[in-house]
Amino acid sequence: MTLAEAVLLTVITASTPLLIAAIGELLAERAGVLNLGVEGMMAVGAACAFAAAVSLDSTLGGFVAGAGAGMALSLVFAFAVLGVAANQVASGLALTILGLGLSGVIGAPFVGARRDPIAHLSLPGLTDLPFIGRPLFGQDPIVYLSFALAAAMAWFLFRTRGGLTLRAIGEDHASAHALGLPVLKARFLAILFGGACAGLAGAYLSLVYTRFWSPGMTGGRGWIALALVVFAAWRPGRALAGAYLFGLATVLQLHAQAGAIRLPSQLLSAMPYLVTILALVILAARDRRSTGAPASLGIPFVPDR
Amino acid sequence: MASEPSVDVDRAGGVPLVSMRGIVKRFGDFTANDGIDLDIRAGEIHALLGENGAGKSTLVKILYGLLQPSAGEILWSGRPVVLASPVAARSLGIGMVFQHFSLFENLTVAENIAAAMDQGLSLGAIAARVKEIGERYGLQLDPGRPVWTLSAGERQRIEIVRCLMQDPRLLVLDEPTSVLTPQEAERLFETLESLRDQGTAILYISHRLEEVRRLCTQATILRLGRKVGTVDPRSVSARQLAAMMVGAEVGEVRADAGPAGAPVLSVRDLSLPPASVHGIALRDVALEVRAGEIVGIAGIAGNGQSELFGALSGERPANAASTIVIDGVPVGLQGVNARRALGAAFVAEERLGHGAVPAHALSDNIVLTRHAEPGISRLGFLLPAAAKALAERVRTAFDVRAGRGDPAAATLSGGNLQKFVVGREMTRQPRLLVVNQPTWGVDAAAAALIRQALVDGAKAGAAILVISQDLDELFEISGRIAVIHDGRLSAPRPAGELTREAIGLLMGGSGEGAHAH
Repeated sequence: MTLAEAVLLTVITASTPLLIAAIGELLAERAGVLNLGVEGMMAVGAACAFAAAVSLDSTLGGFVAGAGAGMALSLVFAFAVLGVAANQVASGLALTILGLGLSGVIGAPFVGARRDPIAHLSLPGLTDLPFIGRPLFGQDPIVYLSFALAAAMAWFLFRTRGGLTLRAIGEDHASAHALGLPVLKARFLAILFGGACAGLAGAYLSLVYTRFWSPGMTGGRGWIALALVVFAAWRPGRALAGAYLFGLATVLQLHAQAGAIRLPSQLLSAMPYLVTILALVILAARDRRSTGAPASLGIPFVPDR
Repeated sequence: MASEPSVDVDRAGGVPLVSMRGIVKRFGDFTANDGIDLDIRAGEIHALLGENGAGKSTLVKILYGLLQPSAGEILWSGRPVVLASPVAARSLGIGMVFQHFSLFENLTVAENIAAAMDQGLSLGAIAARVKEIGERYGLQLDPGRPVWTLSAGERQRIEIVRCLMQDPRLLVLDEPTSVLTPQEAERLFETLESLRDQGTAILYISHRLEEVRRLCTQATILRLGRKVGTVDPRSVSARQLAAMMVGAEVGEVRADAGPAGAPVLSVRDLSLPPASVHGIALRDVALEVRAGEIVGIAGIAGNGQSELFGALSGERPANAASTIVIDGVPVGLQGVNARRALGAAFVAEERLGHGAVPAHALSDNIVLTRHAEPGISRLGFLLPAAAKALAERVRTAFDVRAGRGDPAAATLSGGNLQKFVVGREMTRQPRLLVVNQPTWGVDAAAAALIRQALVDGAKAGAAILVISQDLDELFEISGRIAVIHDGRLSAPRPAGELTREAIGLLMGGSGEGAHAH
């Protein structure tokens, strides 16, 4: 295996959880809901997934538990921002704090446990191809799922009636309501989907990326996913590009730190953030109008009776 | 549906297409609709008249399934129906054109129409039908354009086409002409008349009585949530209709302007880039307002009125100090306080949020624009008693009806808050007053009082600039009128020499002298 191939494989593993979480948040934000609780939902997803996988000795069970836990936590958020029209920023921050705390309680008994590597796709002939074989045909199922999610999201948003309804609701919930579109129902489902994605992303961290659980292991990836959504101008394709760019920069700076580059390690650690922000800003600047957030993003909706 | 409802059959013959019977709608303690009956027949244009707060919008929302009545029933072709949602209303054949358009700025025309279709159609099929309907009714639209690039008239066309896509049997229009030029309004009337001739029932909500008298054969008048009566609007005068709406005769404004004096406000070469992506640029605006005169600026909303107001009031600095001169002092780069110190006063369009802080008491709102006056503060500390006394003076002078004590601005009705905001500035006896949409969404009695105050202010020697979408208002009070279109201002001309048609052409961007410098 060449060094480039090894780097590519780590990039894929580092990028997948970001992509999954960003796609989930993207849908919620397209519906007009700003959920700042991604980090918390990811943390709970990671802890529950690891706990379930160890207890049941089932990686699949772990992923299901992680997605379910993220969704369950997002229910709390949905109640606050849809049920009682609470401030979305405050509710989301509270969700992150709650999630990080909960994850510590859930994960504590499992510190020190390890999981075996997840099964990877193996196609005789294809997987053994030089260089492209393993990155393309030798990944774990969640990687393929993440790409399918991004493609399905783009198709749903821009090619289906449901996607149009959801975008309309995120643009102007008052108009949408006046036309009889189901504002609260669509937002509720979008929040649950976002929660499931964040939980799944967390599960990937603890079951694939590290294969153990430690407190605070999400390490701000939820916030990165949130930033990706903004810089990707709420487009699934750009979110995918952003997630991989960030993953690439992260892995490269690790190699740079290990290598002979004489830059302060703090500066190198900051590189992925700088590179990603810069690239997405340049992309967004070329196309001014598409940077517009959904116009009703973060605004509570209260129908009159 | 076994029950046979009793239906009035009058001389016009046939069962009404829709009958609303004893409709009551309560919001908490407040009764917005109190036992309202309304019959609309196929092939009839029926007007719904009333002041703000009379209950028109509530009634129409019930008819479109957006609100559920607290009591009463709705009959459709004589059969009781429950309109649980707009989807249910649309499936019966009820279409609605909203006053504040229910459109999505960043979606295209076709997407906007698709969002309101209950049967799935591809965007291509929608584009084809948009074209077909456009040709049939003269409502041309480009299906691929995003809405934010369209004028108000084109936006309204989307709403109408959206309704026509579903072959409505009843079309409800809420204040449809408030955003149109006279020419655009005329085209709308032709469309409505051709729909009527094909048997569509139309419910037409407006406060423009001449329009109602031209278009409608029935008019139902609401006041304070109750039905006053149903009349044939062609058989009564506009004044009689107004009296039914208000419940009293509306006083006429006396606008005998005196001779104009020296220039107080001079604007030259005022150009400003747009403040936002969807904003309008001001281009070479030139204008002079003299002491003792009222100059009106007409124009369709969104043609640079708020940008012009922002530049004149100092919310945004102009391109150079000399472009705005008040009483000989160049103030183009000064803030609002410096301009106020020269005797200028400003009334913004948005009374809640721009003209007044909704959650603050009236006396605190007084301080917002009058904090620099002697007597309001001492050594940098506010004198609340003085602010309260001043608020009380404004309330008395402008007949502001509000709760006891010192209520929050948000608790006032639109008309009373507007009287307060205008009164706050007028009682300073300003040398210059710039007011944007002085009577927008204000009931007739309050509007008359505000217009009279503006006229009296000019008589007392103030220079007054009125930006308004209401042409009748401008003709009533202004000495000279200019038109703003796409950020350019036409040369002001004496109101007596102008016709509504000439102004309408300028509002639409054509006509002679459209781009005066």
